[in-house]
Amino acid sequence: MWKLIFRMKVPFSYVFRNLWTRKLTTLLTAGGMGLVVFVFAAVLMLDAGLKRTMVGTGSYDNVVMIRKGAETEIQSGVTREQASLIESMPNIARDGDGKSMVSKESLVLISLQKKGQNRGSNIVTRGLSTMGLTLRPQAGIISGRMFREGSSEVVVGRNVNEQFDGAEIGQTLRFAGRDWTIVGVFDAQKSAFDSEVWGDVQQLMQAFRRIVYSSVIAKLADAEKFDIVAKEVDDDIRLTLQSKREQVFYEDQSRALSIFITILGTVLSVIFSLGAMIGAAITMYSAVATRTGEIGTLRALGFRRASILAAFLTESLLLALVGGIAGLFFASFLQAITISTLNFQSFSQLAFGFILTPRIVVQTLIFSLLMGFIGGFLPAIKAARMKIVDSLRAA
Amino acid sequence: MYFLKLVFKNIFRAKLRTSLTIIGLVIAIVAFGLLQTVVDAWYAGSNSASASRMVTRNSISLVFAMPIYYRERIKAVEGVKAVTISNWFGGIYKEPQNFFPQFAVDHENFFDLYPEFIIPPDQLLAFKRDRQGAMVGRKLADQFGWKIGDTVPIRGTIYPGTWQFTVRGIFDGKDETTIVRQFYFHYDFINEELKRKAPRRADLVGIYIVDVTDASRTADIAKAVDAEFKNSLAETLTETEKAFQLGFVAQSESIVVAIRVVSFVVIIIIMAVVANTMAMTARERLSEYATLKALGFPPGFVAALIFGEAMVLCLMGAGIGILLTFPVALGFANSPAGAAFPAFTVSTTTVALQLSCAIIVAIVASLVPSIRSANIKIVDGLRHVG
Repeated sequence: MWKLIFRMKVPFSYVFRNLWTRKLTTLLTAGGMGLVVFVFAAVLMLDAGLKRTMVGTGSYDNVVMIRKGAETEIQSGVTREQASLIESMPNIARDGDGKSMVSKESLVLISLQKKGQNRGSNIVTRGLSTMGLTLRPQAGIISGRMFREGSSEVVVGRNVNEQFDGAEIGQTLRFAGRDWTIVGVFDAQKSAFDSEVWGDVQQLMQAFRRIVYSSVIAKLADAEKFDIVAKEVDDDIRLTLQSKREQVFYEDQSRALSIFITILGTVLSVIFSLGAMIGAAITMYSAVATRTGEIGTLRALGFRRASILAAFLTESLLLALVGGIAGLFFASFLQAITISTLNFQSFSQLAFGFILTPRIVVQTLIFSLLMGFIGGFLPAIKAARMKIVDSLRAA
Repeated sequence: MYFLKLVFKNIFRAKLRTSLTIIGLVIAIVAFGLLQTVVDAWYAGSNSASASRMVTRNSISLVFAMPIYYRERIKAVEGVKAVTISNWFGGIYKEPQNFFPQFAVDHENFFDLYPEFIIPPDQLLAFKRDRQGAMVGRKLADQFGWKIGDTVPIRGTIYPGTWQFTVRGIFDGKDETTIVRQFYFHYDFINEELKRKAPRRADLVGIYIVDVTDASRTADIAKAVDAEFKNSLAETLTETEKAFQLGFVAQSESIVVAIRVVSFVVIIIIMAVVANTMAMTARERLSEYATLKALGFPPGFVAALIFGEAMVLCLMGAGIGILLTFPVALGFANSPAGAAFPAFTVSTTTVALQLSCAIIVAIVASLVPSIRSANIKIVDGLRHVG
């Protein structure tokens, strides 16, 4: 079938030169499509960025345990007895000294001001121990030093340091009746920890007069034994806890935000693409109308209807491709931006960026070609259907 | 008069192109209107906040509570008329997707501070008398089909267990800006249970709502309240209800900014489409414009012709678009996705913005073609073919 269509193909240069001659129209139409592609790509990139942030936050062989019924670490409470029970469970990893690789953590939200804003935003402040740092190998100090156990010192995540006021090394944060000195900045490889403040768990709990932990993070001795551990926790009536793999836990935390971005983005892209397709259709209809004589001539020369159809469709696809590539080109610059917003589920700030993946490039280009195809299809049909005599006479 | 006639005749010469352009405009104007309404909905909470009410919360952040005895001390501050309490409950009704705000409040005086909620007196009395009673917003009751006397089970995330409430009253809003999607019940009911099960968590209050006698003195009163608890275990932060609500918006500001930006992107897209239409129109009619000029019409006339055509086109698109925005917004508000927004109404500002965007599109789109056509040399124009 396609062989038949291309047996006598209208030369590509004809198609290309048609677009080149009417530069303003080509520019406006491709520009409109480019903007739609930009929005489409931006949404996909944002969702990809959010997913990577959340997945990168968790390790496959770590288990997060929080109170049954709680959705987040903030809402949860784990007593000291429960935490000790988990430490003595058999399938939990031990370190070189035979110590259980379990981190008992306490989470609170404190309010910091974003740069250029005079209102507070919630920041997760996590109390942890040396073991907590061991369980998160992705986090490393990039300037200053780690907090010392037993002192009112904290370290701030990279995004907190960059996006919030008063989060420089040497400055102090005031909460729970104490001044906490910032002694370092850590980078957790673009994970959600980059939006957190870390301090010594015992100091934080004392300051906040807490007697229960928020969550317990345990490393599995064997990454595949998650189900066994989860069942043990579930069956033990003393442990009113639920366990999740750390990766799943963080993915669930951002589900609402991810769905919100996806739905909003898809709806917008569809509505916007309607506008751009109409733009393409207008351009192509006018291209057909002004070239009636040419079409007649081509047909008289022996080009088939299918070839004419293909030529005009190619022109529209080319237009869309130009728009698509331009949109993608500009969207790729978004990767330099990190945005910080409220994660509705954890009620705290989460910073994430735009990420351009090969998959998104393909999706975006297909999307733009689809716009070109739909927009150019009816005009191309119109061109192909013209009778030779009528079209020659019209010119 | 003949000028307008000429403009209209010109517009409908290329029927297909004109109708496609108008459809494009309508889509863009509706999309723009909806996005603006989404942004408005984000601010709905702060718009319905009263100027004379203030909110006192723990200064560290909202997740920290304050002792219940603060209430009497706040009440004693000069200028304070009344104090009530409210606790965020954060429970789940059947599925997490069914999100709606739930608050444990002081049943005795909470609704005295919120005159914007219209409650039949007998329902308010029934609510006060039933410890497990709940007062439900009209929109919420409609969404889940609750009637007075229905039992609503809510699974606590912050307060463990499943809690049973009985709907005793349904309140309406004073006007459209009032949010009626909340679920209120007795603070005492929750607190008594906590005293038995988790005494350390009992007798704590999330926020105090403070009514003042003189709304112009809120700043001083806020300072006086916060000074009262300086250097205590739970220092407070007092601000007007509006500022408190705006604080929530500020936290998710990036999303609001993104939606705003995107709403203008759609206008730029349609600008490109209309500009393209006008450029093509002008190119096709260059010889006509040259003829007009040869007949003695000034260049301004030709420019006005193109400008008028773009303006009529855009105003038609905007007119249809604005009329369509209302039913579409209503449809969205009644859909599951729209139910998440406390209020979703198209404001007059949005309509004004839609109209001005259409006018700007018309001006920008006709700028280049009209200048070009007005300046064309008669000879070149007459020689020009399609």
